[in-house]
Amino acid sequence: MLHIFCPHCGELRSEEEFHAKGQAHIPRPLDPNACTDEEWGNYLFFRDNPRGLHHELWIHAAGCRQYFNVTRHTVTYEILETYKIGEKPGVTEASVAAKKAVAQGVTA
Amino acid sequence: MQRYSGFGLLKHSFSHHENWQRMWRTPTPKPVYDVIIVGGGGHGLATAYYLAKEFGVRNVAVIEKGWLGGGNTARNTTIVRSNYLWDESAQLYEHAMKLWEGLSQDLNYNVMFSQRGVFNLGHTLQDMRDIERRVSANRLNGIDGEVLNAKQVEELIPYLDCSKNTRYPVMGASLQRRGGVARHDAVAWGYARAADALGVDLIQQTEVIGFRKENGAVIGVETNRGFIGGKRVGVVTAGNSGHMAKLAGFRLPLESHPLQALVSEPIKPIIDSVIMSNQVHGYISQSDKGDLVIGAGIDGYNGYGQRGSYPTIEHTLQAIVEMFPVLSRVRMNRQWGGIVDTTPDACPIIAKTPVPNLFFNCGWGTGGFKATPGSGHVFAASLAKGEMHPLAKAFSIERFHNGALIDEHGAAGVAH
Repeated sequence: MLHIFCPHCGELRSEEEFHAKGQAHIPRPLDPNACTDEEWGNYLFFRDNPRGLHHELWIHAAGCRQYFNVTRHTVTYEILETYKIGEKPGVTEASVAAKKAVAQGVTA
Repeated sequence: MQRYSGFGLLKHSFSHHENWQRMWRTPTPKPVYDVIIVGGGGHGLATAYYLAKEFGVRNVAVIEKGWLGGGNTARNTTIVRSNYLWDESAQLYEHAMKLWEGLSQDLNYNVMFSQRGVFNLGHTLQDMRDIERRVSANRLNGIDGEVLNAKQVEELIPYLDCSKNTRYPVMGASLQRRGGVARHDAVAWGYARAADALGVDLIQQTEVIGFRKENGAVIGVETNRGFIGGKRVGVVTAGNSGHMAKLAGFRLPLESHPLQALVSEPIKPIIDSVIMSNQVHGYISQSDKGDLVIGAGIDGYNGYGQRGSYPTIEHTLQAIVEMFPVLSRVRMNRQWGGIVDTTPDACPIIAKTPVPNLFFNCGWGTGGFKATPGSGHVFAASLAKGEMHPLAKAFSIERFHNGALIDEHGAAGVAH
């Protein structure tokens, strides 16, 4: 069972109260009518499906009913952070790689 | 290949069954193959078998990172049916159904295909309208199907709670009598053994870590055991297809989710068919050994962990107990999760890719097992000719850009 920290409620709640809503940070095209079929298809249907870190949208459906973002590992299912809509993720593939490099004594 | 027969069984009994031959070889990879199949599950092995048998391409390798049939082939609920709504998918799944019907003889391997009938229950007026529409569409496509009322369902499935006191009373069902179950492992092993006998190299414990390209076209795969050349490469990696596409440098409209199933302790025969309900959301059958084989929906989040969440198990068993209150105290023995690659329209992708000579067969989502022979057959035809098989043409990647989706969500009685 996952325990998820809702950044709106400010507490850890059980997985059952939440729904995953897929990839986060997908900007809607400003002028959909100007999109080519390819651009519109990519926006609607094509998603990142990483085996590793994934930034995704969740809703606290049986709680405050608000959306927020989660950075989660898709193999270990570890949740590394949750943050509000509009904020930037603190943990990314790049930041993890950099940390690992430091831990291994590699200097940039 | 030593053919299996009743006589062979008798003969080997004299030597205490100690001299059975190995089912397949453990070959060293050749430098170059005509076709490389990435992924040694049911679909990949079937592809290799039909390539060698029907299309005369015998210089074929199947590359598998783990062991044969150890992914979703070993992690499903073994249901076989072809009652899909839309013409494109109905024809593809019916193609598979026809191959299932002769598969044990064809492979000389008992896949224990049992056409015990598949029920899709209806619990609302809308369910019943959808069932009538789907059964009518199936019949127009030459696929058997019947619409049953509540009384008939009650007679055919005695332990199903058909009373009016349930939250979602059973109003009727569709029944495909040719549907049923097959032994999942036997399907993988049967195809592997038959493909190996035709000269296909089955290379296990070898992970593809990249694709080598020349002038933009694929010329082989990089593995953890070195480079293996291939004139054409077919990728059949189910839940990991999105990852493989990333290695090849393009995106696919796939999301990988865990799909769980459970088996109970073995009990005496109680369910002699396959019973699925979309509304209550669970499906159940009983294996020959006596275990109840139970499944339901995917976990909501993306995942590659080959395990699922506890709330989903609880949800699944609630549905089963709602349908079969008599099972409320049966204990579950094992639970597992497979990683299914779902597409937005719940239909597979069997297609050429933006990279020349690289073909993908993926996106089967929650319903790949039933399609194993058909999927392998059309994919083999496509790999042999370099052109997509007529049944596969509708399942292109382009449909997500031109809008020609085949919307089987719910329509096909797909429980997800």
